[in-house]
Amino acid sequence: MKQLAIAAATLVAAALAAGPALAGKDLDNIRKRGSLVCGVNTGLAGFSIADSQGRWTGIDVDVCRAIAAAIFGDANKVQFKPTSAAVRFTALQSGEVDVLSRNTTWTLTRDAAQGMVFTGVTFYDGQGFMVAKKLGVKSAKELDGAEICVQSGTTTELNLTDFLRANKMEKAKAIVFEKIEEATSAFFAGRCQAYTTDASGLASTRSKDAKNPEDYVILPELISKEPLGPAVRRGDEELFAIVKWVVYAMVEAEEYGVDRANVDQMKGSANPAVKRLLGVDEKNDMGKLLGLKADWAYQVVKQVGNYADIYERSVGPKTPLKLERGLNALWSKGGLQYAPPIR
Amino acid sequence: MAAPNPALSRAPATGAWWNDRRVRAIFYQMVFLAILVGAVWLLVGNTVENLRARGLKSGFDFLPSRSGIPISDSVLDWDPDDTFGKAYLVGILNTLRVGVLGIIFATILGTFIGIARLSNNWLISRLASVYVEAVRNIPLLLQLILLYAFVTRTLPDQLDPIVIGGGFFLSKSGLMFPLLKLEAAHYAAGAVLLASFAAMVGYNYWAKRRQDATGVSPPRLLPSLGILFLPALAVFLVMGAPAEFDIATKTRFRFIGGGAVAPEFLTILTGLVIYTAAFIAEIVRSGILAVSYGQTEAASALGLTRGRTLRLVLLPQALRVIIPPTTSQYLNLVKNSSLAVAVGYPDVVAIEMITMNQTSRALEAILLIMAVYLTISLSISLAMNMYNKRIALKER
Repeated sequence: MKQLAIAAATLVAAALAAGPALAGKDLDNIRKRGSLVCGVNTGLAGFSIADSQGRWTGIDVDVCRAIAAAIFGDANKVQFKPTSAAVRFTALQSGEVDVLSRNTTWTLTRDAAQGMVFTGVTFYDGQGFMVAKKLGVKSAKELDGAEICVQSGTTTELNLTDFLRANKMEKAKAIVFEKIEEATSAFFAGRCQAYTTDASGLASTRSKDAKNPEDYVILPELISKEPLGPAVRRGDEELFAIVKWVVYAMVEAEEYGVDRANVDQMKGSANPAVKRLLGVDEKNDMGKLLGLKADWAYQVVKQVGNYADIYERSVGPKTPLKLERGLNALWSKGGLQYAPPIR
Repeated sequence: MAAPNPALSRAPATGAWWNDRRVRAIFYQMVFLAILVGAVWLLVGNTVENLRARGLKSGFDFLPSRSGIPISDSVLDWDPDDTFGKAYLVGILNTLRVGVLGIIFATILGTFIGIARLSNNWLISRLASVYVEAVRNIPLLLQLILLYAFVTRTLPDQLDPIVIGGGFFLSKSGLMFPLLKLEAAHYAAGAVLLASFAAMVGYNYWAKRRQDATGVSPPRLLPSLGILFLPALAVFLVMGAPAEFDIATKTRFRFIGGGAVAPEFLTILTGLVIYTAAFIAEIVRSGILAVSYGQTEAASALGLTRGRTLRLVLLPQALRVIIPPTTSQYLNLVKNSSLAVAVGYPDVVAIEMITMNQTSRALEAILLIMAVYLTISLSISLAMNMYNKRIALKER
């Protein structure tokens, strides 16, 4: 009901808003407000989750901090707004949040017809299944006849029905929940034999919510492509460009070996690409082109880190999620993370 | 709205026309109407303009397109290839299912609890009081979440259900029951049953007429039952009495087959019934207390039996007090069923929230939800008001 109320309220807000958005208006608003409002997940370990002190951690959250660092030079000027899967787009469309950084899959429909544009991919993911180990299931194709818990309002539920259809698994039954917490708690209570979401989400849930993570296995099949990334409202190309290039700057920084620990030494680097990135080269002020300060990328790396920094501390092998880089390694190391040149 | 006739309104000629009350009344109404139209125009215009500026599509053209969504509990056969329009229909039927069954059970339970609170037995009346006070003072959402957690945690695993017998099983998948395989004989018996029902109503009408005319009441109960069931039973037996049942059988993950009542449905239905019954109980209690004891004494003096006293004297008077507030409770129950979202039951709100998310037509989805609740609520109000009028005090 609360979500319905939010949706209704945002619609009313949309109805009352003075007029059409002009290009650059969102960025102006962010600057005037003095902080970035970022729509994040209500709680997905490794992506966006708040601890008992209300401190947010995770990849999606760090992307928001990086954007704030680029715009304001201060990574703390972010307000995080937890959104459910069902209201996230309404929240972005109506202007309740400036950026939606909430493990959201980039699809054509969302890009073309939902009043929003994706800026890039911060995490290459795929949908998988988790089952209790005692069932002895080895492959997702054995799940015919099982009850499968799934969250509604996601590409996940669409992929699931496609997968069941393609494999003629007519006896399998999806049990649909609105919130991720409801879906996972129903799964761990034994309401369903399988739970499906993005593989990273499975690892996250298993580490956070399972009483004994060893009792659950993640099946090997990935049944979809799920490129997750931040999105902004249509109509503000300046903000769009900034969000896009902040993500690229983090990838580029990793590529040139600039990380949070060594960024100050790297300022003295002779490599022109590094000098351009960190804004040391006054003749090549990349920040100015984006409408930012010259040291925008320096602030991003200094205060938040490069892509490897945020990956390793959020979901990497040393975290409870234990996710290898895989598809998310740099292109030069066999992965898909690739940034166009900053020049 | 006709223009005021100056000749009439200025008849006494005691002041200027703008001091005339009727002229002023019409003027104020015009102003109010103008403000209303202006506000609606502003809202609609702005919404359309903003939707357009944000590159959002609008309109109801998504209804006939393929949905691709799973729905876990549906009266109709649901397939992800079906359209959003059918999903809407499934949602409406699911809401109605909870609403209708909820109203019936809440009324029955509420009446019992209400009467129990008036019981002379100390234990019974205290238990009923505790029930009413505990249930109506805890938020419904909390009760639902608690109930669902209770249901999913305490029921046994799908592979190890409680065997009730006769093809009934109870597990985390819900209550499974045997489903009759329908054949020609069943349809024929059903048709005969319908015809018999009409005949039974006719017999009772005749019996009433006869009692009015002669003062002798012909037997009613037994002949009625006979008329209703015997012909259908005869047809069924003649056609070979086929009774094959589809019973759930064990598969790798769970019992499949037969019919099933999902735990989500059980939760939302039980939750709504328990909650609303507490309110109805209080209404019933107040209704019965509103009839003075003198009425009972008068009925006894006339020689009416206890049953007839209740049926012919007490209830008709109590119902006058009971019906209007009960209508509100029925409306509340239907509207509260939108909390089904919290326990994973696909009612119309849950399904339209999904539709909204998959198609991004937020405004349209909310309008569709509003239309459903408005229609259901107005229908309940209409039916209850008609019933209320029928039982209202008739002054002759």
